[in-house]
Amino acid sequence: MLFASPSHRSVTRLAAALELLTRAQQEQVLRWAAVAAKTYAEIGHLLAALAPKAFEMLDADGFDAWVLAALDAYDRQGLRLAMDQLRNLEAFCAARAGTPVARLAEVEGRLARFLQGLSGRPLAVRAGAVPCTDTETIFLPELLAAHPDASANRQLYKAMATLLWAQTRFGTFKVNLETELASWSDRARALGWLSLLEAVRLDTRIAQELPGLAAEMASLRGPWPDVLAPALDRLARLDATVSDSLELLSSFMAGSGVPPRLTFVGTLDPAAAWRVRAERIERESQVLRKALGALKGTRGRKTGGEPPLTFTPGDEGGPLEFRLDGEAVALPPEAMAAAQSLIQDLGAVPPEALTPAGPGAWLPTDKEGAGPELVADRKADFRYDEWDYHRQAYRRGWCHVYEMPVRDGDPAYVREVCGRYSALIRQIRRRFEIVRGEDRMLGRQPEGEEIDLDALVEALADRRGGAEPSERMFCRRVRNERSLAAMFMVDMSGSTKGWINDAEREALIMLCEGIESLGDAYAIYGFSGWTRTRCDIYRIKSFGEPYDEAVRSRIAGIEAKDYTRMGVAIRHLTKLLAAQPVRHKLLVTLSDGRPDDFGDEYRGNYGIEDTRHALLEAREQGIRSYCVTIDRHGADYLKHMYGPAGYTVLDDVKKLPLKLADIYRRLTAN
Amino acid sequence: MDLLSPQLATVAGEPYYQPVGDEVGLFEAAYRQRLPVLLKGPTGCGKTRFVEFMAWRLKRPLVTVACHDDLTTADLVGRYLIVGEQTVWMDGPLTAAVRAGAICYLDEVVEARKDTTVIIHPLTDSRRVLAVDKRGELVPAPDNFMLVISYNPGYQSVLKEIKPSTRQRFIALDFDYPAADLESRIVAAEGGVDEALARKLVKLGELTRNLKGQGLDEGASTRLLVHAAQIVSAGRTPIEAATAAVARALTDDPDMTETLDDLVRAVF
Repeated sequence: MLFASPSHRSVTRLAAALELLTRAQQEQVLRWAAVAAKTYAEIGHLLAALAPKAFEMLDADGFDAWVLAALDAYDRQGLRLAMDQLRNLEAFCAARAGTPVARLAEVEGRLARFLQGLSGRPLAVRAGAVPCTDTETIFLPELLAAHPDASANRQLYKAMATLLWAQTRFGTFKVNLETELASWSDRARALGWLSLLEAVRLDTRIAQELPGLAAEMASLRGPWPDVLAPALDRLARLDATVSDSLELLSSFMAGSGVPPRLTFVGTLDPAAAWRVRAERIERESQVLRKALGALKGTRGRKTGGEPPLTFTPGDEGGPLEFRLDGEAVALPPEAMAAAQSLIQDLGAVPPEALTPAGPGAWLPTDKEGAGPELVADRKADFRYDEWDYHRQAYRRGWCHVYEMPVRDGDPAYVREVCGRYSALIRQIRRRFEIVRGEDRMLGRQPEGEEIDLDALVEALADRRGGAEPSERMFCRRVRNERSLAAMFMVDMSGSTKGWINDAEREALIMLCEGIESLGDAYAIYGFSGWTRTRCDIYRIKSFGEPYDEAVRSRIAGIEAKDYTRMGVAIRHLTKLLAAQPVRHKLLVTLSDGRPDDFGDEYRGNYGIEDTRHALLEAREQGIRSYCVTIDRHGADYLKHMYGPAGYTVLDDVKKLPLKLADIYRRLTAN
Repeated sequence: MDLLSPQLATVAGEPYYQPVGDEVGLFEAAYRQRLPVLLKGPTGCGKTRFVEFMAWRLKRPLVTVACHDDLTTADLVGRYLIVGEQTVWMDGPLTAAVRAGAICYLDEVVEARKDTTVIIHPLTDSRRVLAVDKRGELVPAPDNFMLVISYNPGYQSVLKEIKPSTRQRFIALDFDYPAADLESRIVAAEGGVDEALARKLVKLGELTRNLKGQGLDEGASTRLLVHAAQIVSAGRTPIEAATAAVARALTDDPDMTETLDDLVRAVF
């Protein structure tokens, strides 16, 4: 039954193999096979088929880890790698049992930050078969097990990444290696030698700038192999360049020796590096030229003739100074970064990049991302993890989020609602004004700006009468600051169509009217979607936006869409809310039912557990969550998700507009 | 006896200050023309030290007020105290500075409450008076009184912006971390370490500044680097000192701490 979809599979043979396992093991296999089959039926099948062999090599915990690793591989890289991961049982056991390995996934973030610190120019870190770089991305193997302990393997990752960073930093790709290498028929051998020679050269440069790191790398690799001895002196000079390595390469290629393998020396990918570098130079020259063009435009100086601009590089890594017609000018930060990056690539800013771009003014909207081609293939704006309760683990980058504004509705709708409920709105406003934070004078304080005359008179009377006078004779002004931001998350699923949608819109209008009189920061976003690859977040009002005509027509434009994948919406809005510079943060969900999405996967416990986890993550970030729902069965699952005091169930949707503002006021009263 | 005003002293010895550009000349010009000065720049780049140095150079007493978000007008101007059955007026630091013809330095002025910044307005234009409302007194500023304020434009919170009506009264001087050579000299001189170690510390500072906006609000300031140098000259190893004075001081985030530790180990 489990493996129903590839129905031709021989279930009998599987069952026969599983019979040899203990009862507990069989149950474990069946449980995981069911979980995996939910992800992809083939994985479930392969897992069951390999289970007997796996149990020969792994204990129960090891078995769990083996399956989780495969499911993780599926989420990250797809079916083929997941199946490979399962089949590669020996490697997994080696990793687990004795030989400690380091995984790229564990060190990726740390490496990326480290490289950012080293270079200032971001370098992405990705998995690749052999360590190499295209000058913008560093490719490192998924798994390293060259050393007998895990921390040495992690150091090996750092050494590899550093060496690749050094290639981009110290000019390995300054010449076109593709043409330089063309003369060698045995390209692989030439690349091998060149990578080694460059590693020697770069080691000197690293040792000069980062002696601690160089020492760490040297202890990992030990002394250089003897065959390299003839090259060491020349490459240890600080002024050695890639040309020295290329010249030395000839003598190594003249011999018949095969380059020795050093664990942390990867390879070179001259073609990719040259292409990416050329693209970057072009892009950054453009940025610089446009910035200069804008500067030139604002100064209204003469055009034509010599490039009027000169620059003087500061000391190594020091600030650059640009002079336009002899006057020092300040470039916008992105142009400055582009110039720094060009100097890294070329050693100087090329003269063509110093000619200001034509009269067209430089517009910040020219930045990348505005191109139609990007809109066309709809790359997700954000990706979020999702909690899979079957696995008791996260699915990484699982949900694809697109953020867009709600299509405008009829602004007259808001006026009409305001008119209909004008008395109620007045009442809401009055109630809200009561809780508004204002400065208060506190009397009878031990110190303060002014003397509290009442207290002073009393104290004098006490003293005359022989009693001990109070020392509290001052007034102090205190601020009753409401440092609060609220995020309203509105369910726009298909089930809200009709009455519920009307009630939601009316409730939001009254809420806005109320909060406006309070002055709290608030935002309203709707959410809906269709499977994990299309989670839509609709912007109705962002935090910075005023409650104006545009927001009103967006509220009017809220309509019922598709499904309710709640976890991802909470994660996205949590991120927006967490960025607010306030003390108290509140996330209010307006919903009409339990979390749900197309297909069976998200429905039921999966969705509830994911939502619960998303809310727990929000709480860790200091966000309080509250849910207002009209689902009469809400109490069954809301307590589990929001906690006993974290929700209100309304028995009648018509009460929503009246209640919502009231609930907010109650939640935020001090 | 109805008025108390604190006695102000001039800066005793010459404070160590390494000029970066023409800031000393500009400051003196502003002083001579009786214009107030605004110092902009990230934390720990030497703003406060510069003011101390200038106060010493100009032989004026210095009154420094570290502004915070509950700083009231009374905290600056003064208040009545009760002594026996009398009230006695106690000058606040600003009033005292005005009376004595001192340099009054309001550090991180954006932190103060908005209404507080308004009372300095009449001091910063041609009127040059301080209104002490509660005493009904207008205190005229002598020619040698000077107002200096500072703020850090790096914290880009909308709540912490300086109003144009305030900022357009000041001569503004920009401060930033000095270039590597100069910064090494400062770290060596202030921290009491040799040039080579100072260079390494400055290198570390640069690497952390590359992480600004990538998980760090600010890179390591010159002040932090000096602290690290001082810990070394008190006998600790450079790695210990840089870890405690730079890496741990910059962040609480465990991931970022890890990265900073990596950078510390890379440099030393």
